[in-house]
Amino acid sequence: MRIAILTDIHGNREALTAVLADLADRHIDQIAILGDIVGYGPDPDWCTDAVMAMVQAGAFCVMGNHDSAIGNTNEMMNADARRVIDWSRDRLSDGQKAFLAGLPMTEVLDDLMFVHASANHPTDWIYVTSAHKAMPSFRVCGSRAIFCGHVHVPALICCDGGGRVTEQRFVMGMPMPLIRSRRWLAVVGSVGQPRDHNPRASYAVYDMGKNELTFRRVGYDNAATAEKLRKAGLPESLAARLMRGE
Amino acid sequence: MLRPYAGLEIDGFKLGECLHKGGFATIWDVTHPMYRTPMVMKVPTILDGYDGPTIVGFEVEQMIMPRLTGLHVPRVVAEGDFSVMPYIVTERIPGASLLEYFKTKPRPLSEVVETAARLAAAVHDLHKQHVIHLDLKPDNFVQRVTGEMVCIDFGLSRHDELPDLLAEEFTIPMGTFPYIAPEQILRSRDDLRSDIFALGAMIYELATGRLPFGQPEKLKGARKRLWRAPLPPRAIDRTIPEWLQEIILHALEVDPARRYQSAAQMLFDLTHPGQVKLTERSRKTEADGALTRFRRWRQMRRVKGFAAPHTTSAQINRAAIIMVAVDLSPEMERLAGQLLLAVQRMLNNRPDARVACVNVIKTARIGIDTTTTDEGDHMHVARLVALRTWAESLDLTEDRLTFTILEGSDPARILIDHAETLHVDHIVMGARSHSSTRRFLGSVSSQVVSEASCSVTVIRMPMVAQGAADPDGPAELAEPVPEPATEPAPEPATEPAPALSA
Repeated sequence: MRIAILTDIHGNREALTAVLADLADRHIDQIAILGDIVGYGPDPDWCTDAVMAMVQAGAFCVMGNHDSAIGNTNEMMNADARRVIDWSRDRLSDGQKAFLAGLPMTEVLDDLMFVHASANHPTDWIYVTSAHKAMPSFRVCGSRAIFCGHVHVPALICCDGGGRVTEQRFVMGMPMPLIRSRRWLAVVGSVGQPRDHNPRASYAVYDMGKNELTFRRVGYDNAATAEKLRKAGLPESLAARLMRGE
Repeated sequence: MLRPYAGLEIDGFKLGECLHKGGFATIWDVTHPMYRTPMVMKVPTILDGYDGPTIVGFEVEQMIMPRLTGLHVPRVVAEGDFSVMPYIVTERIPGASLLEYFKTKPRPLSEVVETAARLAAAVHDLHKQHVIHLDLKPDNFVQRVTGEMVCIDFGLSRHDELPDLLAEEFTIPMGTFPYIAPEQILRSRDDLRSDIFALGAMIYELATGRLPFGQPEKLKGARKRLWRAPLPPRAIDRTIPEWLQEIILHALEVDPARRYQSAAQMLFDLTHPGQVKLTERSRKTEADGALTRFRRWRQMRRVKGFAAPHTTSAQINRAAIIMVAVDLSPEMERLAGQLLLAVQRMLNNRPDARVACVNVIKTARIGIDTTTTDEGDHMHVARLVALRTWAESLDLTEDRLTFTILEGSDPARILIDHAETLHVDHIVMGARSHSSTRRFLGSVSSQVVSEASCSVTVIRMPMVAQGAADPDGPAELAEPVPEPATEPAPEPATEPAPALSA
């Protein structure tokens, strides 16, 4: 089975459309969405609808901090994020809000775990930005492979039989074997707001049969999304960020 | 965790005889009801608890081996689950490793050269698949009955698109001391030229019967190769030809930048002894004197490392072998000029590339073999001279240029075969202008484009409609066409011809 893993769509319709078009030709059997469907981007309603349709068709989705913030005003956020969430809240229907509020924190599929931020404490929205920060996830969670998002920078971390946790280099677009003698944590990059100095939308494909993970990048019309943000009167810094991928 | 024993059945595989018991792994003959081919199973010998080095070496093999294809690697059949019993099942290549073969040495020249060429071909195949072996030695080669050398044991290897699990595991240099390259001693794990050094050491051993750097047991002893040059092969055996010494010592250069830049280039020399450029290396007949050794020691003792190529494929590309098929007939003169420009442009971004210039003498399908006559000999020499003249302005040193005159009745086939034997990365050739005859009968270039296994760039003169006035120049400048009228005259404009890459 081949699973496409999408995360941090952040209301970016153009990026999500491009990613879905890219994975359409890649024999995908299952789609996993790791949360943050809304926030930062100008199309929260369209993206929520798209995810709802995918879930209806068999995909699964976990909750991200921005999804949670729609119904829970106590979520901690920076000013720009807060502003977009407040703006998005008015644009979402009750049905969409209920869908976001009802998302589970984690999903487990065989020996794989899917979560938005960290596996050790999903509701704390911890950023797994290094091998060190990934260590608790490996300690707490027994799954062989953990897939998470939240950071917006793709990364691959493994834990060997001796318990040592190290970050691994990978080549974009090349299948990486997640050898079974180790446990793995993959931070899947963001679809709608990449921050690794590459503005292209990021997602990953995991092939369960071959046990290989491939990080992918897809170009999309980010200028159009940035223009929509400006037209909606949302912070210019968010538009600039999409153009530069940072 | 399960331990292997004869008679054990796991995932359908039944273990037979134990074929080899090494320090890190055991090799078993296995059978499976679903597979008919002979197979072996490699099981790492993992000590109780966490046995880092063995496990990581095996993990590296599990990552790399399933990605390799072709005749120079064993085909992987299955892999075992680490939680039950880790193993890799591969096809069984009959015969012992080259270690047996290396026991009887020195070997006669013809055998040395053939074995060396086969080894180089296998290593180049690995490099093309992004893998640097890093532990080449006779024990790690097996020869197929069909002659191809197969590399085995990838426990120390490096795949440049996969994480290097070994780099994080060890801080000590890894490899086999008699064959290990100097930069490996300085802990480099990302230079494909390390494998070329090991190849050089193996060929040295085959040709002279001795190991170039003896059998150091400690790192300190192995380090000496950074400043102590091996005894020249011809000092051991004067019957070894200078060109072979040149090849061996070229591969054994301390600085990777002074070695062969790819295994294919080494193979090229092994298969073209007559065209090996002999340097001082080939003339050395005695060991370095004390003063030279002292100087080199002072120079090298503080060296921390050598520059390594960015990636394996980048290095192969830098050191590509480009074959240029040149048509020297008078009506193709302009095209030959364009061809030269195209090659010059290619060399700009491939600073270590070699250029093999070839020209084909087309012989009649049935008839007298032209080469057996004086006239044929004369033709050969004349073509060779013309080819050299053509290549003069490429401004390449002799060791990067070769000239070959091929002959046969099917020029395209000959070019394709020649490119294959040389492991050519890129063919550049000209195509005659479009004409209706060619459209129906096909041309040499179109056959090469469709059948060659490497990239082909076809250079063509811009087409001018026949009889139409050329707006850029007076029509009378067009050269008269000596050949059949189906060939339109080349355009007199000086614009470069468009290149079609296939």
